[in-house]
Amino acid sequence: MYEHDVLIIGGGLAGLRAAVEVTRAGADVAVISKVHPVRSHSNAAQGGINAPLTDRGDDWEGHAYDTIKGSDFLADQDAVEIMSSEAGDAVIELERMGVIFSRGEDGKLGTRRFGGQKKARTFFVGAITGSAMLHVLYEQALKLGLNVYEEWFVTKLIIEDGACRGVVALDLKTGELHTIKAKAVIMAAGGAGRVFEPSTNALICTGDGLGLAYQAGVPLMDMEMIQYHPTTLARTGILLSEAARGEGAHLLNANGERFMEKYAPDYMELASRDVVSRSEQTEINEGRGVDGNVLLDLRHLGREYIEQRLGYLQEVSVEFLGIDMAEQPVPVQPGMHYIMGGIKTDVDGATSVPGLYAAGECANVSVHGANRLGANSLLDTVVFGRRSGAHAVEYIKSVGDHSRAEEDLASEKARIQGILDRPQGERAATVRDDLATGMTKGIGVFRDQASMEGALENLLNVKKRLPNVSVENKGRVFNTDLMFALELEFMVECAEGVVGGALARKESRGAHFRTDITERDDENWLKHTLVYKDESQEHGYRVDTSPVTITQWEPVKRVY
Amino acid sequence: MQVSLKVKRFDPEDSGGKTWWQEYEVDIHPDSTVLDALIKVREQVDGTLALRCACRASICGSCGMRVNGNAKLVCKTRVVEVAPNGEQLTIEPMGNQHVVRDLVISLDTFFSQINRVEPYMQPSFVPEQGEYTASNDSMENLLTAMNCIMCGCCVSDCTVLEVDSNFIGPAALAKAWRFTEDPRDDKRNERLKSLNDEDGGIWDCTRCMKCVEVCPKDVAPMERIMELREAAIGAGNTNTSGYRHTESMYNSVRKHGRLDETRLALDSAGWTNIPRLLDLAPIGLNAMMKGKLPPVFPHKAEDNKKVKDLYDRVEGDQK
Repeated sequence: MYEHDVLIIGGGLAGLRAAVEVTRAGADVAVISKVHPVRSHSNAAQGGINAPLTDRGDDWEGHAYDTIKGSDFLADQDAVEIMSSEAGDAVIELERMGVIFSRGEDGKLGTRRFGGQKKARTFFVGAITGSAMLHVLYEQALKLGLNVYEEWFVTKLIIEDGACRGVVALDLKTGELHTIKAKAVIMAAGGAGRVFEPSTNALICTGDGLGLAYQAGVPLMDMEMIQYHPTTLARTGILLSEAARGEGAHLLNANGERFMEKYAPDYMELASRDVVSRSEQTEINEGRGVDGNVLLDLRHLGREYIEQRLGYLQEVSVEFLGIDMAEQPVPVQPGMHYIMGGIKTDVDGATSVPGLYAAGECANVSVHGANRLGANSLLDTVVFGRRSGAHAVEYIKSVGDHSRAEEDLASEKARIQGILDRPQGERAATVRDDLATGMTKGIGVFRDQASMEGALENLLNVKKRLPNVSVENKGRVFNTDLMFALELEFMVECAEGVVGGALARKESRGAHFRTDITERDDENWLKHTLVYKDESQEHGYRVDTSPVTITQWEPVKRVY
Repeated sequence: MQVSLKVKRFDPEDSGGKTWWQEYEVDIHPDSTVLDALIKVREQVDGTLALRCACRASICGSCGMRVNGNAKLVCKTRVVEVAPNGEQLTIEPMGNQHVVRDLVISLDTFFSQINRVEPYMQPSFVPEQGEYTASNDSMENLLTAMNCIMCGCCVSDCTVLEVDSNFIGPAALAKAWRFTEDPRDDKRNERLKSLNDEDGGIWDCTRCMKCVEVCPKDVAPMERIMELREAAIGAGNTNTSGYRHTESMYNSVRKHGRLDETRLALDSAGWTNIPRLLDLAPIGLNAMMKGKLPPVFPHKAEDNKKVKDLYDRVEGDQK
């Protein structure tokens, strides 16, 4: 019997930061994750974390406005105000925990410039900021003796009398299913990049958290807002941080022109990511690409500077493409990178289900709106991870004894045995590939009604094939084959959210750029899309909308 | 192109554990990594093959395994590098760690080692406002160790851990270095003393270089361990056989131009350490019987002065 006051699903930055908060408040907390915490995808964040530090002449309103403009005015401004005003403390706290942020001459934290922002306010550790932060938060977890269910896969949320009271989870090392009871659950299970192919995301980013919450009746919000990162390495799709452009790299087309002049004369390569990705795709589509790529040129920065400030980028460029950045420009292309959308939460991480919180990439607070600024995702994880933890601690004070129901465990056992017992059908990987390539094709950098309907058709076809997905490995110990089949079901839920939101939004805003409706429509669409699971509907979901919170910045035309 | 893989399998559920070799052939893109090939096997040929992988970009540390006998992060190992002429690749789980299934090893060994070095910053004060002040150079210096992604390759191939599971291990010692070198940490001396005194501590490394060779992130754990030794001596930790060993070797070569092995053994044990000296006696006796006892009075090198010059030059450089 496993019981905790608070159970956190996910051991990345949001989850660990939430865990630190709950521990500090003296409550009993555990983290559960399908991978060891240091394997989490927070690792992959390279460039840095934004914070307007007031003692450096910055002000939070400046960061808030850049974020809101970056979001194409879809972010909820009350949430952005909170994130921007808490950012300074969040970064200082990380430094005090031990993060080895880069410094200036005075020994104080130094910054680099990032896209879509007027000021240099991005704090960083070379090009391994996410990894450096994650390892330090994990150090804190070790210091606090945090209880971690390592390599446990959550298959279902337990909802009792409308409130979340724990999970059913599979211990991968034994193959046993268990109930873990909790007075509150914080979902910090990361993004859903693998719903697209290719993607910069780790193979573990299968949207499990989004799927779990969606199945529990929580709406997924603004899922059509898919970030395509402007610089992913040709062929491999590996991410090359925006830090390259922040440090001064240029984007060139086949003619050697800095084409961003045409699209964003003021910000050039450092315009918002959606803008840069569209510009690149336009160059490529109009025949000025190089084998389906554009070129990222760092040569003028010099070898020493590249190796010192962007060491990891040089490493992957050499390792994976055999290209020395100091000598040659690197071929790059837009690649699926991040979901701005997610589980709808309020500014304390609370969802529509009492006792269920969400933070990090799986959540949508919403601070990123229709396009996230680079280096705001790390900030999002620690600010809203902390707030979710703090609020969950308050919430559990009003929650009585743990639930005693074991029905969910029994039904999950039956469901999973059913999957294992299926006669040989299709492999999960085959169906997943079809789902993901269809999603990229239909919901790409550019999209239109026909392409999105194509994605829906593909999704419906995949849903039909799901019951025929079989598991070759019948063993219990570390049966990843079974886990992939379970993940695929969550991926399909995420895809439903994306397609549902995309087809509903009849305008172009941020990352949702429709070639058939190219303008933003504030009159009708300054609102969030909400997709609910609803089996009574034709396609199994229904779409609703909710208003965007505007505090002090009226939407204006977005120019970079 | 075709790649041929010979994979060591392990099924813990097959009557108490069965190990066997299985061969696979898959068609891959010429730029593919070993991980790409293994994923292809898992997804298209044999769904029962278990391995860990996540980021595919050498930052999460999941996919450490042995390729042709050496620990590697397979996501950053291209097939053409290790099989330039289409040779069959041998894939095994990492060493020195318990195998869970196929290529999946238990993480317990690795993280219990990490836990031994109090792996978190312990400052003496909290700044009234803002961050700690520290030079950028001091932070960049730590990047070497912060590049560690905890993949376990160094632990897998550590030749000391192979014979002494009590050794703290290369990754954990590199992690310890990250704190002793951090100007914000206040426990430098305590850390050095405990790493110096502890059984399995910094003096147990045999400097075989294997960890430096296999580390996919250039953390060079052995170099960090050598720096820890220097720092420990600098902080006055000289009452260990490790230190006496180093000092004896230094003195012997400086004086004779050669290593005085008898003296080295006695110096290392400590002249007043009777139990340890008694331990050495049978070894000495055995060596004598087999005619392998080093001379009691060491030979001198022919041109001893050259050796002394070398000492002077190196030490001059250090000043």
